[in-house]
Amino acid sequence: MSLFKYSAPSSFYPIAGKLVPWFSTLAFIAAVIGLYLGLFVAPEDFQQGEVYRIIFIHVPAAWMGMFIYLVMAGYAVLALVYQTRLSAMMMEALAPTGMMFTALALWTGALWGKPTWGTYWVWDARMTSTLILLFLYIGYMALVNAMDDKKRADKAGALLVLVGSINVPIIYFSVKWWNTLHQGASVSLTQGNKMAATMLACMLVMALACWMYSIAVALCRVRAIILERELHAAWVKDIREVQT
Amino acid sequence: MTSATSAGRAVLVPERGFFIALVRDVRLAMRSRGELAQALAFFVIVVSLFPLAIGPESVILKRIAPGVVWVCALLAVMLTLPRLFQSDYADGTLEQLLLSPYPLALLCAGKMMAHWLTTGLPLALVAPLLGLQFGLDAAELGVMVASLLLGTPVLTMLGAIGAALVLGVRGGAILMALLVLPLYIPVLIFGAGAIEASLAGTDVAANLSLLAAILLFGFVGAPFAVASAVKISLD
Repeated sequence: MSLFKYSAPSSFYPIAGKLVPWFSTLAFIAAVIGLYLGLFVAPEDFQQGEVYRIIFIHVPAAWMGMFIYLVMAGYAVLALVYQTRLSAMMMEALAPTGMMFTALALWTGALWGKPTWGTYWVWDARMTSTLILLFLYIGYMALVNAMDDKKRADKAGALLVLVGSINVPIIYFSVKWWNTLHQGASVSLTQGNKMAATMLACMLVMALACWMYSIAVALCRVRAIILERELHAAWVKDIREVQT
Repeated sequence: MTSATSAGRAVLVPERGFFIALVRDVRLAMRSRGELAQALAFFVIVVSLFPLAIGPESVILKRIAPGVVWVCALLAVMLTLPRLFQSDYADGTLEQLLLSPYPLALLCAGKMMAHWLTTGLPLALVAPLLGLQFGLDAAELGVMVASLLLGTPVLTMLGAIGAALVLGVRGGAILMALLVLPLYIPVLIFGAGAIEASLAGTDVAANLSLLAAILLFGFVGAPFAVASAVKISLD
């Protein structure tokens, strides 16, 4: 089936290589536009002053942290149902990026919280769930790294991510469940936006930059993983960069 | 095990797998009662350390009691998790279970039930004694027991997934803690939340209902998740 053609590592490896420059370029362009909008165009917030600008990286990072986990859960289903090795490799390639964005969201949130709320950390539901998400990433990576048998590591990791993905909706809805010190969601589909249009545009452009960056980095990493796993396969020996 | 029909043909009753695994594991656990007592002793000792570390002021102790009891119960359950599959994995019983005609999910459900009967249930029954040390009154102790009765089965179910995944992996115990503890957090929040609500004199039904909801969800999902974890580890 043509749809499954690229689920073979040997055919995905070259196409991933071709896609990486495109996504990197998109990420770079979006980041330049987003940073320009965020640092020069967007007006100062009349309540929070300049410090609010950190949300232009904080919010996209938090989105990506959650989104990458959901993507991993999707790949986990594919890995368990169709037994495709590439899906598990993609999970392994995505996990470090997801963990980085989650850590970044917590870190920038702390930096924003100090001047705004007067404290680096509050045991608020949403922050706590993001911390749990970070723990889930750590658990997944620890499990996959602990197993020498890669085939087993793939499936075990996939199952763990599926079980953990129950947590991701809890993160999202926790704002409504325990409405404490943390602000309500700034971008909401039902209530209309409470943000200025430029601020929203800037945040969306930055989110696009983070998204494209994640794809580019994950593709780079999955290429390395493919080479590592398929070291002894015949097709690897025919690749130009392996021969030289 | 099979039962004979009127035609004299042996038919398999899949549901019996649950009871077979349950009875077997409870019997095994009863033959090493010392091991069961260890988990309880751990629970009692660790809970008793907190007043020594924090001081005997009854106001503070009452305030921290829900969290302390729940965190210690969680750790005590976690320490017993290797018992679920470890020895069966080592002596090959687990492979025999996998090959048996009974559905693996039901066998795993039986094993989890046995684990809860021998760890979670005793913990819940001992907890009021510890609650008294922290100055909780009868109604609050009741809520504590109810929250533990609803929550500890979930700890067993989530823990069984972790225990099955790390079978035969080097440094499995620490790894299992890393996998399982984050998943335990919602149970911890609602469990301790129920007792806190009772201390504050507000309605405890919300937290207990959420715990019950998680428990029901676990009943449906956990046996299959554990069974596939066991299959992955035996591949």
